[in-house]
Amino acid sequence: MMKQTEVGGTRKKVTNSLAIAALVVLFIAYMFPFIMVVINSLKQKRDIIKSPFSWLYTIKGLSFDNFVKAFTQMDFLNAFKNSLFVTVSATFLVTLLAAMLAYYIVRNKNVISGATFALMVASMIIPFQAIMIPLVSIYGGTLNILNHRLTLIFMHTGFSMAMSVFMFHGFVRGNVPIALEEAAYLEGCTHTQTFFKIVLPLLKPIISTMVILNSLAFWNDFLLPSLVLTDKKLLTLPLSTYSFYGTYSADYGTIMAGLLLCVLPILILYVVLQKQIIGGVVAGAVK
Amino acid sequence: MESKKKGKDFCIFALPGMFCFFAVVIIPFLYGVYLTFTDWDGVAQTKNFIGFSNFIGVVRDGQFWLSLLLTFRYVIVVVILVNVLAFAIAWLLTRGIKGQNFFRAGFFTPNLIGGIVLGYIWQFVFSRVFVNIGESTGWKLFEISWLSEPNKAFAALVLVSVWQLSGYMILIYVAGFMGLSEDVLEAASIDGAAGWAKLKNIIMPLMMSSITICLFLTLSRAFMVYDVNLSLTAGGPYGTTEMAAMHVYEKAFTSRQFGVGQAEALILFIVVACISGLQVYLTKKQEVEA
Repeated sequence: MMKQTEVGGTRKKVTNSLAIAALVVLFIAYMFPFIMVVINSLKQKRDIIKSPFSWLYTIKGLSFDNFVKAFTQMDFLNAFKNSLFVTVSATFLVTLLAAMLAYYIVRNKNVISGATFALMVASMIIPFQAIMIPLVSIYGGTLNILNHRLTLIFMHTGFSMAMSVFMFHGFVRGNVPIALEEAAYLEGCTHTQTFFKIVLPLLKPIISTMVILNSLAFWNDFLLPSLVLTDKKLLTLPLSTYSFYGTYSADYGTIMAGLLLCVLPILILYVVLQKQIIGGVVAGAVK
Repeated sequence: MESKKKGKDFCIFALPGMFCFFAVVIIPFLYGVYLTFTDWDGVAQTKNFIGFSNFIGVVRDGQFWLSLLLTFRYVIVVVILVNVLAFAIAWLLTRGIKGQNFFRAGFFTPNLIGGIVLGYIWQFVFSRVFVNIGESTGWKLFEISWLSEPNKAFAALVLVSVWQLSGYMILIYVAGFMGLSEDVLEAASIDGAAGWAKLKNIIMPLMMSSITICLFLTLSRAFMVYDVNLSLTAGGPYGTTEMAAMHVYEKAFTSRQFGVGQAEALILFIVVACISGLQVYLTKKQEVEA
């Protein structure tokens, strides 16, 4: 144990440096798996098995071959495009529709809007697993529209609707003054014009929160896309990682490079938008 | 005229969002309840009404109850570890040290990445890196891959989940700590509260709303664990780490017993809803205003 010093300041300094030491150790432990992936993605299988830690003294095996191999084998570009298309479309759709629906619910107090909102709040505790089987049965059997990216976008939109409406609802009620809208109506604006010109710009903070939360969820989702998309050309990144790993699981170097490729786009985005992402996640959780 | 306009507004503003929600969540959910009373196998054109047979099938499905029990064990361990660790790290982070934001951002990183990729990364760490440490140091702990032994595979699953979830909870606890009033803490110190007493009597009650949120999030996430389960252990070795969510999936889509699978999914849903509801009720009661 540290000896307690008489002077408060010194004692605080000592505990603070202990805190920093503890944090650094924990931080390295948290980062350890990522460090392993980065180091080993540059090495050949032989070197990886012999010593996964070595970096410097087996320069011989260091190369970017793994990345080239992984890039082509998991059809990275195609999967990336699919993921991007699905994530962007679904995020756009759910943000717009949820904002409109929440706005309608706040401004029109009637049985339908009240019941819909109550149903949405209640539905937020239903886990996906309780819905996936009938979902496949309806959309795969009766309607037969699985294996389309649009179906996946539609489902993502539907599943995030409740949570998004809930968040927009709280924001509209607290932060959008009705006086502004009334002024717009006096000027002759229709409801639609008022919403897009007056209300929507006021929603910017909550829109950015919802865009961050939803796009992260859509980008990383595995279970829903795995039920909807089976055609190899349509796979999103998590799905193509899954099938790629299943085929090449013993080829460590290529696997590590593939995993790194998967993680990279989101990490780059994180470095740029770190403040917004953390702020969005906190705002989303605390509500 | 006015009512016609109202109808148009409803169609533009409310209907599209409502349609998505009802078509994807509510209708499948209700249809799922109906499915539990039929003998549908996923392929057949016809579904016969078979009463409560599927629920009897659930009772007889010993594997389901084992996986549910295992899930309970997993949830208890994960929820406790995640919250204690995240609380402690958040406390360390909010002592006014430099680089606070950097650390916080770093700890959160695993949450940006999908469970499938995380599971594969750790599979490599457990089966190659740790085994290599075991070989070169002779540590018994790492002698063989953790993933090849039931108890250690369970521990591995817990470790990865704690690693992932704690970063998220750290954010919430940090926000909570930063919201604590300096005055109250100082007053407590002047009154002689320090160390454990201060934590238990002053800080914990004031942090209760953060604790409510974190417990709720960790509970619901841990109960529904699937991605990491699939990619890290795939239920192995010999199905000993198959959690409830994975069992439901296997029952429906691999064994093609959709009715029984759906009945199990509904039971799981009711269990989770009751437990999270109880937790929110209990911890909310502890919340105080500063």
